[in-house]
Amino acid sequence: MAENQQTPPSFQDMILRLHAYWSAQGCVILQPYDMRVGAGTFHTATTLRSLGPESWNAAYVQPSRRPTDGRYGENPNRLQHYYQYQVIMKPSPAHFQELYLGSLFAIGIDPLLHDIRFVEDDWESPTLGAWGLGWEVWCDGMEVSQFTYFQQMGGFDCKPVAGELTYGLERLAMYIQGVDSIYDLRFNDAGVSYGDVFLENERQMSKWNFEVADTDTLFKGFQAAEAECRRAIEADVPIAAYEQAIEASHLFNLLQARGVISVQERASYMGRVRDCARGACEAYMAKFKDEWTAKFPGWTA
Amino acid sequence: MDCKVSGVDGMSAHFLLELRSEEIPARMQAQARADLERLFRKELESAGLRPGAIPDAVKVWSTPRRLALIARDLPLATEAVREELKGPRTSAPPQALEGFLRKTGLSADQLTERDGVWFAVLERPGRATADVLAEAIPALIRAFPWPKSQRWGAASLSSESLRWVRPLSGIIALLGGEVVPCDIGGIVSGRETVGHRFHHQGTITIDGVDDYAAKLRAAHVIVDHAEREAIVRDGARRAASEAGLVLVDDEGLVIENAGLTEWPVPLLGRFDEAFLAVPPEVIQLTARVNQKYFICRDAAGKLANAFVCTANIAARDEGAAIITGNRKVLAARLSDARFFWDQDQKTPLAEQAKKLGRITFHDKLGSLAEKVARVADLAEWLAQEGLVPGADPAEARLAAQLCKTDLVTEMVGEFPELQGLMGGYYARVEGLPDAVADAIRDHYKPVGQGDDVPRAPVTVAVALADKLDTLRGFFAIDEKPTGSKDPFALRRAALGVIRLITDNGLRLAVAEGDLLAFFADRLKVQQREAGVRHDLIDAVFALGGEDDLVRLLARVHALQAFVGTEDGVNLLAGYKRAANILKKETWQPLPQTYTAEPDEALLGAALAEAAPKVEAGIASEDFTAAMAALASLRAPIDAFFETVTVNDADASKRANRLALLDLFRAAVHKVADFSRIEG
Repeated sequence: MAENQQTPPSFQDMILRLHAYWSAQGCVILQPYDMRVGAGTFHTATTLRSLGPESWNAAYVQPSRRPTDGRYGENPNRLQHYYQYQVIMKPSPAHFQELYLGSLFAIGIDPLLHDIRFVEDDWESPTLGAWGLGWEVWCDGMEVSQFTYFQQMGGFDCKPVAGELTYGLERLAMYIQGVDSIYDLRFNDAGVSYGDVFLENERQMSKWNFEVADTDTLFKGFQAAEAECRRAIEADVPIAAYEQAIEASHLFNLLQARGVISVQERASYMGRVRDCARGACEAYMAKFKDEWTAKFPGWTA
Repeated sequence: MDCKVSGVDGMSAHFLLELRSEEIPARMQAQARADLERLFRKELESAGLRPGAIPDAVKVWSTPRRLALIARDLPLATEAVREELKGPRTSAPPQALEGFLRKTGLSADQLTERDGVWFAVLERPGRATADVLAEAIPALIRAFPWPKSQRWGAASLSSESLRWVRPLSGIIALLGGEVVPCDIGGIVSGRETVGHRFHHQGTITIDGVDDYAAKLRAAHVIVDHAEREAIVRDGARRAASEAGLVLVDDEGLVIENAGLTEWPVPLLGRFDEAFLAVPPEVIQLTARVNQKYFICRDAAGKLANAFVCTANIAARDEGAAIITGNRKVLAARLSDARFFWDQDQKTPLAEQAKKLGRITFHDKLGSLAEKVARVADLAEWLAQEGLVPGADPAEARLAAQLCKTDLVTEMVGEFPELQGLMGGYYARVEGLPDAVADAIRDHYKPVGQGDDVPRAPVTVAVALADKLDTLRGFFAIDEKPTGSKDPFALRRAALGVIRLITDNGLRLAVAEGDLLAFFADRLKVQQREAGVRHDLIDAVFALGGEDDLVRLLARVHALQAFVGTEDGVNLLAGYKRAANILKKETWQPLPQTYTAEPDEALLGAALAEAAPKVEAGIASEDFTAAMAALASLRAPIDAFFETVTVNDADASKRANRLALLDLFRAAVHKVADFSRIEG
C-alpha cells in the first residue's frame, strides 16, 4: 500500500499496470480498434463479442473521439480526443466489483484514503440497440469508471450477460497524479507531458470539428457508409457492415459538432445509425446462430 | 418464560433475513423496504400463518448493499386448518361428483353426506414456520417488483435466470438462530455476511436477530437507514455551523446520501470564491444534481463558497484527501459553468437569436426562429389589443423575440433545466428592461400543476403566445395527443394556457374547432380538482361558440350553483321529460283552435317573460340573473306536466303543446345544453 502511494504512475505506466492486472485475470490484451469511434464500447471486441454464448475476456485502450467536447485545448478538463480503458468479461464474473477495485489499487488508489462509490447509472446506447444496468464509479466525487452489466446488445438479450468496465484514463491519471489540468499530466517518467503529446492536436482538431470540416463531404460520407453497410449485410460479412455503422456514427457526431443537424433531424439520423448497427449485429447473430446452438445446448438467440 | 436463547422460546422465535447484493440505487431503497415487508407478510399469510401472528413491528432496513428484515416472535408453526367444503347433491350426475373429488383430491369414501349433499373435510396440518420460510424466501425474491432488474453471471446463459436489481450475492435467513435452508439461483442461505467494503475484511458470522446490527456496526456498517439519514442530516448541519454557515436543508439529498453509504461521514469543503460570480442556481444545480453535495449560505443568506459531501469511509487522514478531491471535481464543474457564463455574455441575445434559424422546431412547423417570429407577433398583438391588460406591446415583442435564445447558449446546452432562467440573467446583464428579462425567465411557466402562474403583464403575454402558438401549430399539422402519447407536451401547454387565462382573468377567444374541444377536455380535468362538474362544462361547451374561458367558467359556476338548488333539480327533471317527449314526437305547426288550459297558458306566459331575461342575463354575463329567470320556469313546467295532456287526440292541441315544450327547451338551451347534465 505504502509503495503504491509513493510514486503515482505516469499516464503510460498506469495503462501498463492495467494491462498487467487484467492480463493476470485472463483477459486478452488487445490494441485499439483502428477506426474513429466515440467510445471503447464500439470496438468489435465489446459489441460483437458480447453477442452469443461463448465466453470472452478482453481489455484494451480505445482512443475515443467526441467532437462536441472539443475546447481548443483551453479547458483543463475537456478533450475531443481521449482514451478509454475498456474491460469486457463474459459471462460477468462473480466478484467483478472486487476485481475492479483491485485494478484501482493496482494503479495507486487507496480505498481507505479515497472515497470510492458505486452510484446508479444505467447505460443505454440507442445507437447500438444496447442497454445495461450498473453504476458510475466515483472516486472522491469524480466519475472514474463506468461499470455495466450488459442486458441487451444489437436488440438481442445478452446470454450470458457480459460485464463491462470503462475507465476514463485522463481523469483517473489527473486524480492519481494530483494535477488540475489534463495537459499537465506526466505522460511518461522521462519529462514528456500529456500537453506535449496532445495539446496541438486538440487545437487543430477542435477547429476542424467545429469550423472547418466540410459538411457536404460529411453528409455524403454518411450516406455512403449507410449504403455500404447494407451491401455488406447482404454479402454476409457482418463485421464489415459493423465497421460502416461505426463510420456513419462518427460522421453523424461530426455533423453535430458542425451544428448542422437540428433537434428533430437528430432523431432520424440516430435512427439510421441504429439501423446500421442493429443490422450488423443481426447479421452477426444469424451467421453464428447454428454453430452456437450446437455448441451450447439450450442456448437460443 | 424468561429463557430466550437466540430468540427462541417454546412457541415463537425471531427471524432475520438479509438479502445482500451489489449496490442498490439509492432512489429505490425506500420502495424496496416497503415491498420487502409487504411480500414477507403476504407469503407467510398465504402459507397459513395467521395475519395476527406476524408481529406489527417488522423492522426493515436497507443499505446500498443489503436489504434486511427482522420479525420478532414469529410462531414456530402455523396452525392446523380444518375446512369443510360443500359439494354436489347426492342426486347430481356422476360428473359433478368426479369434479368435486378432483378439486378436493379426495376419494368418494372420504366424503360425508348430510341432507342429500356431499361434504368434504379438508385438514391442513400445521407446518413448521421454518419450512414455510424456506419456500417464502425464494418466492418473495422471485416476485420482487424492482423498477428495473437484471440478469448476471454464468446462469444468464438463459434469459429465464434469476433477476435482481443488481447481482444478488448472499442470503442470511435465521429463525431462532437456526439457518432456514433455501437455495435460489445457486445462492444458498446461511449465517455469513460481509461488513463495510473497505473497512472490514472477510466474513461476519451472525447468530441471530440480536447480534446482527451490532456486529455490522463493528464492521463499519450502520444497517438502519434512518440512523444513517440522521448522521447525514445532523453531520452536514454541524459541519456548516462549525464553519459559521447555514446548511441549505435538502431532505432528498439526505436520503440519497444515506442510500449511497454504509458509514456516512459528512465533510465540508470550500471552493474558490471567484465562482460565486456564476448565478447561484447554476452552482446549486451542479452541486446537487451532479455531485450530491449540500450547499450553504452565509449569515446574510447569500450562497457561500462551501459544499458538504458525504463520504462512505472514516478516512485515515480525517478526510483531507477526500475533500481535496471533491473540491477539484466541483471546481472543474464550476469552471465549466463560469466558462459558459462568460462565453455566453460575449454575444448579445439578439445576435444569438440568429442561430435559432438553424434549429428545427418541427419539420412541418419550421425553425425555432420562425416559431419565435410567430410568438413575437402574437405577443405584441395580445398586448396591443389590450387582451393582456397592462402589457407594453414593444416589450412583449422584444421579450418574445429573445425568449428562446438561451437554448443556443453554452450554459443551457450543459444544463437544459436552466432554460428561461439563464435567458433572464443574460437579458439583465445586457441592460434590457426588467419586464423583458422577467418575461424571458418565466415564459415557460406554469410548468406543472403546482407551478406559479405568471402575473406580470409582459410575461403573461409571452407565456400565453408561446403556448398558443405551439398548440395551434401542432393541431394544424394534425399532431394531436392520443391516449397516453403526447410527445410535444400539448396537454401541459393547454393547461398552462387555461391557468394563465383564468388566473389573470383574460378575456379572449382562445381557439376554435378541434383545439377548442381539446381545451374543453383539459379544462374539465383541471377544474375537477376545484370541484367543478365536468358535465356542466360539457353542457356549456355543447352550445358551441363559447371560446372565452373566463366567461365559460362564470357560466358554469352559476350553473353549478343553480343545479344544486331544489329549483334546479326540478327544472332539470322537467327539461328531461320535455326533451324525451320531443325526441319521440314530430308535429307540424297548426293554428290554435282551442282555449288553452290554465297551466298551459301559465307556461306560455312564463316563457314569454323568462326567455328575454335569460337572453339579457347571458348577454350581460349576469349568469346568476339568467339562472334566476330559468328558475321562474320551474313551477309552470311542473304544473304543466301535472295537469296538461300533451299527446291530446285533438291535432291542434297536440301540435301547440309540443311547440310550447319546444319553446321551453329552447329557453333552457340558452343557458346550457341540459341534456348533457347528469342526474
